[in-house]
Amino acid sequence: MSTANSSSNPSADVIKLADLVASASLPPTDGYVMSDEERHEIEECLHHYDDNRAASIDALKIVQKKHGWVPDGAIAEIGKAIGIPAADVEGVATFYNLIFRRPVGRNVIKICDSISCYLTGYDEVRNAISAHLRINLGQTTPDNRFTLLPICCLGACDKGPVAMINDDTHGNLLPDTIPALLEQYK
Amino acid sequence: MTADLSETKPLTARIVAGRAPLNLKEYEAAGGYRAVRKALKELTPADVTKAVKDANLRGRGGAGFPTGVKWGLVPSLEKAPGSRYLVCNADEMEPGTFKDRLLMESDPHQLVEAMIVAGYAIQATRSYIFLRGEYVTAAKHLNAAIAEAQSAGYLGRDILGSGWSMDLHVHTGAGRYICGEETALINSLEGRRANPRAKPPFPAIAGLWGRPTVVNNVESLCNVPHIVNNGSAWFLGLNQGKSKDGGTKLYGCSGRAKRTGIWELPIGTSAREILEEHAGGMKDGLKLKAWLPGGASTDFLMPEHLDLAMDFDTIAKAGSRMGTGLLTVVDDRQNMVSVVRNLEDFFARESCGWCTPCRDGLPWTYKTLVAMEKGEGRPGDIEQLEKMTRFLAPGRPFCAHAPGAMEPLQSALKFFRGEFEATIKKIDQTTAAHAAA
Repeated sequence: MSTANSSSNPSADVIKLADLVASASLPPTDGYVMSDEERHEIEECLHHYDDNRAASIDALKIVQKKHGWVPDGAIAEIGKAIGIPAADVEGVATFYNLIFRRPVGRNVIKICDSISCYLTGYDEVRNAISAHLRINLGQTTPDNRFTLLPICCLGACDKGPVAMINDDTHGNLLPDTIPALLEQYK
Repeated sequence: MTADLSETKPLTARIVAGRAPLNLKEYEAAGGYRAVRKALKELTPADVTKAVKDANLRGRGGAGFPTGVKWGLVPSLEKAPGSRYLVCNADEMEPGTFKDRLLMESDPHQLVEAMIVAGYAIQATRSYIFLRGEYVTAAKHLNAAIAEAQSAGYLGRDILGSGWSMDLHVHTGAGRYICGEETALINSLEGRRANPRAKPPFPAIAGLWGRPTVVNNVESLCNVPHIVNNGSAWFLGLNQGKSKDGGTKLYGCSGRAKRTGIWELPIGTSAREILEEHAGGMKDGLKLKAWLPGGASTDFLMPEHLDLAMDFDTIAKAGSRMGTGLLTVVDDRQNMVSVVRNLEDFFARESCGWCTPCRDGLPWTYKTLVAMEKGEGRPGDIEQLEKMTRFLAPGRPFCAHAPGAMEPLQSALKFFRGEFEATIKKIDQTTAAHAAA
C-alpha cells in the first residue's frame, strides 16, 4: 500500500496507468448470476433504440449501480441479454472511464484536474484529499470507504476547484475544508 | 416579468438563480411551446430550416458551422424515406466550458421545445439528448420535462395533429471527452467504443445506424424556438451590431478572476467587456498573462487581444478560435510550461487511441513537457514540440482531437518561448562530447 503523497512535486501528479494495471492482479471473480430486476431494467432500455447494441452502456451502468463495479461474469451475461458478443461488451466497458472493471470503494471521489481547476488550486486540494485518506489517485482506502479518481472538466469551472463525490458536485474546494467534506460520506 | 429580458437575453430570460426550473405550466405561461405550435401548424419543415439559415445561427459547440445549413444537408424524405435522427450533443466536457449545464439544469423545457422544433425541421423519427453521465441534475430535470411534454402531446405520436411523430430520449454517457466529436458520439450512442468515423459520408447522409442524422449542440438548439417565434431579422439584431453572426452568446470566465461566471450577451461582445466588466477583472494582485477564448482546444491569446469581438471570424483572424466562447484566464503567477503540461495531460489521456499520430504523439508531447517542467528539458525538445504541432495538424490524425491539442501548445511556444527555453538543461562540453561519440 503506497503512502499518501503530499509532495508538491508536479511529477507526482502523473498517473501511470501501466503501473495501475500491473500493480494488483485482480482476484478471479465467480460466475455472475444476473438478477431478474437487472434483466428487466436492461430489457426496458432496449425500447429506446432502433438497435439492441445501443443498450450496452446502459446495461453496464445497471450492473454497476447494483454492484458498485462490473464483475467479469457480468460481461458475458450482458452480451447474452442484448445479443452481442461478450468481447464487444468488454471493449465498451474498458473504453469508458465511468464504467469500473475493478472494485471501488463505497464512495467514489472524482476530482477535476482540467485547466480551470488546475489554475484555481487543484494540486493543493488533491494533496489534501490524499493526505487525509492516505491514498493516491487510482487507489482505494483499505477500509473500502473511498476511491480517488481523476476526471476531466466537470463543467463547473466558475466554481473551481471542483470534485464529485458519488453524484454530488462540490465546488470552491479548499484544502482546509476537505476533512469535514469527506466526513459526510460514510 | 420576463418581457424585456426575452427581447435581449432569450436563452436565459426564464432562468432565475436559486429557483427550480419552470414546470410545463409555468413554462407555457411564459410563452413556452409557442414555437412548437407555430412550426407544426403554420410552417413547413423547409420554412423552419430557412428561418434558421437566414438568422445565421452558427453552431455553439465550438466549430461555428451554420446550424440551418447542417439541417439542409439532410436528404428529403422522398430521396431517403425511413428513419432519421436528431441528436443533441450535451456531452459538455471541453475544459473551461460550463454553459450547456446551465441551460439544461435551469430551463430544461427550452431544450425539449427546441428538440421538437428542430426535429420537425428535419422530420426526425427519433431524437436523443446525448448527456454526459456526470450531469446528474440535468438528467433529472430533462427527464421530468420530457415526461410533462409527452403527456401534453408535444412528443410521441401525431404531435398536435400534424401527422408527424417523434420520441425524445435522454441517453446518459459513461465518460470520455471524445464523445463530443460528432461521429464518435454516434458510435457511442450505438453502444460502441467512441472512436470517430471517417468523413465523408457526413452524418446528415449516413449517421446513427447509417441513417440521416443531425447532431447539434445544446446552446445552438436552444436558440431555435426564439428564431421561430420572433423571426430571423430579430435574431440577427440581437448582436447589437457587434458581429456578422446573429444572436446572443453565453459567455463566461473561469480561472483566477474576481467574479467567475456566465452571462448571456450580444454575440461579438469584446473579451475585455467579459473579463473586466462582467467578471470584475483579475483577482487583486494578479495580472492577466494569457487567455483561452473558448476551451482547452483553442490557441492562447494575449492581453493585447482583449478588445477583439468574441465571434467566430474575428477570433479566427487573430489566430485562435472562439470555440465555446467561455474564457479561461491565466494569471501572471503561472508558468506556461506547467499550464501547457496540464492541457496536454488532458488531451493525452482523452485520446481514443484509434489513430497512431494522436495515440502516440500526445503522450510523447506530454512526457516532453513533464521533463521540461522539472527543468530537465534537453536541447531539441522545443523543436520536437514544434514538429508535433505539424505532425498533428488538421488532416494528419483521424479527427480534430489532436489538432485541438496542438492549438494551446503552438500558441504558447509562439508567445512564451523564453519560458520553454529556460527549462532546457545546459549541456557542458564533456556531456556534449560524450553524446557525440
